[in-house]
Amino acid sequence: MADIVIIGDGPAGMNAAAVVHAHGHRPILITESRQAGGQGYRRPSPGLELDMPSLMGSEAGKYLALHARFEAIRSAIDYRQNTLVWNIENRTLHLLRDGVASTQSFDALILATGAMDRIAPVPGWTLPGVFTLGGAQVALKDQGCFIGRRVAFVGSSPLLALAAQQYRKLGADVVVIADTTPLLDKVAALPSLANSPRTLLRGLAYLGGAWRAGVPVLNGVTALAIEGDDHVIAITLKDSGNRDRRFACDAVALGYGLKPETQLAELAGATLVYDETFRLWLPRTDAYGRAGPGLYLAGDGAAIGGADAAEASGALAAHAALADLGFAEPGATMLGLRRRVGRLRAFQQGLARAFAWPVAQIGALADSVTLCRCENVSVGDVRRAMDQELGPVEINRVKAMTRCGMGRCQGRVCGPSLQEIVAGHAGIAGAAAGRLRVQAPVKPIALAAADAIS
Amino acid sequence: MTRSGSAEAQFIRAVPRRGASVPLTLDGQAIMATEGESVLAALLSQRGFLRRLEFGGEPRAGFCLMGACQDCWVWTETGGRLRACTTPVAAGMALSTATPALRP
Ligand SMILES: Cc1cc2nc3c(=O)[nH]c(=O)nc-3n(C[C@H](O)[C@H](O)[C@H](O)COP(=O)(O)OP(=O)(O)OC[C@H]3O[C@@H](n4cnc5c(N)ncnc54)[C@H](O)[C@@H]3O)c2cc1C
Ligand code: FES
Repeated sequence: MADIVIIGDGPAGMNAAAVVHAHGHRPILITESRQAGGQGYRRPSPGLELDMPSLMGSEAGKYLALHARFEAIRSAIDYRQNTLVWNIENRTLHLLRDGVASTQSFDALILATGAMDRIAPVPGWTLPGVFTLGGAQVALKDQGCFIGRRVAFVGSSPLLALAAQQYRKLGADVVVIADTTPLLDKVAALPSLANSPRTLLRGLAYLGGAWRAGVPVLNGVTALAIEGDDHVIAITLKDSGNRDRRFACDAVALGYGLKPETQLAELAGATLVYDETFRLWLPRTDAYGRAGPGLYLAGDGAAIGGADAAEASGALAAHAALADLGFAEPGATMLGLRRRVGRLRAFQQGLARAFAWPVAQIGALADSVTLCRCENVSVGDVRRAMDQELGPVEINRVKAMTRCGMGRCQGRVCGPSLQEIVAGHAGIAGAAAGRLRVQAPVKPIALAAADAIS
Repeated sequence: MTRSGSAEAQFIRAVPRRGASVPLTLDGQAIMATEGESVLAALLSQRGFLRRLEFGGEPRAGFCLMGACQDCWVWTETGGRLRACTTPVAAGMALSTATPALRP
């Protein structure tokens, strides 16, 4: 029997496992997490009296249905939780669980590794009290905690309004929703969003709720900065009328959309291509998720699409893998899923324009702003290192010179901004700045574990 | 700049939690957590930061809360390290906010 291995138990991985199981196979589902659901369909930690369906509102039905479907197959699949995949080489997965290393081979590999927040630094962003926007949701859904008493939601993302609404619903004080994309750009993106009216209306409803509650909702803000000595005390900005504004707060949720976790895909041999709309390096796949022989990508780890697209693309990748292994006929189901995934991801392309990555604002950051929070490298450190080089500078060279991107997050947090600083300072296109190459282990592991295996 | 790290709790409990009390120590002081809590949530509901940066010692309190940024490492008294956002509390954990090299 062939080994079909799926990595990740978010909506994409859960649904891929369900499809493989429904075809009479027993997939191996590996995940670093301790609870099924991934990011979007996360379950509260044990003992937390959180009414998740109520918090999830219109999305609760899908959340409950997927978890029920997964519970029904859970004992029939090879489900390995709390297990990090830290390297892939020669079609072998390197695993680590509770300090014990092991390996796993595969015939088909479906990567459903999800995404993390994309972050643009602002002055003060390393202060305690500043968390990612996704992190603000995790604090609430996983731990039942607000990240602070008075929270500012800042960046550019439709999830600013969603998270703010969840916080308000449970009683937090939301001091401002401040988005760097001008309102006009949002209006211009409307036609490309109108294909998914339901999602669009939901987004508008969240904003409407904030407005009615008297929360300032600002678009086109600039000059963001976070004030405080040893923790956040306020956020300052210029509004779209260029007026200085200050909002006292003790926490900031910061986010500019999501970026796929592509490290494992790259190690497994996927090709990464620069995407001009997202200004990110994304793995190349065909419309079914194929990224190489026996390699399939699904969910937000392949292309940002949200939970619905993740669920559908997980099923699609599983169908493709089963068909390629000769276990199933490619049929109408695949075509239907393919259309659905295509439509949902096209919507995200529109969102990427309505909630833009703030290229100009990153380029304008002062030299003193911290760029790499792991190694404490500033924007100025990077610019000065580039000035010392005679020829053209690409991003991996800058990393070697400054240690920016070399720390323990492996460039996950600073990478996209480093790319803009390098491109901006050299006056070249984003793609020309190059791409931070992945290195195993994809997350820090105890050295003894790596030694044991090599 | 003070950079001492705030003593005030950063996290505010929004939803009640049921579970047994779990005793831990932090920098030698006894503290109580509740079963099911992450180390990060347990500490940040009682204080303002988790650890000090190796470079300059500024306070840090984690960032992504999903195991990606590695900003939330705390050390154990025996020199090991924990990723606080993805590690549940366990009775008897002895934690430290400073890397072994930074300890007095
Ligand atoms: C912090 C955060 C919070 C979010 N909150 C919400 C929300 O509240 N609502 C919403 O609609 N959307 C939310 N999203 C968006 C979310 O990306 C999608 O909606 C959806 O969860 C994507 O599903 P997925 O299956 O592609 O990936 P995910 O759900 O992200 O799942 C990824 C899985 O891969 C596993 N994994 C990754 N790397 C490894 C590895 N090296 N080894 C082993 N396992 C690995 C993880 O453990 C996880 O199980 C959030 C995103 C982030 C980053
Ligand atoms: S807060 Fe990012 S890894 Fe824990």
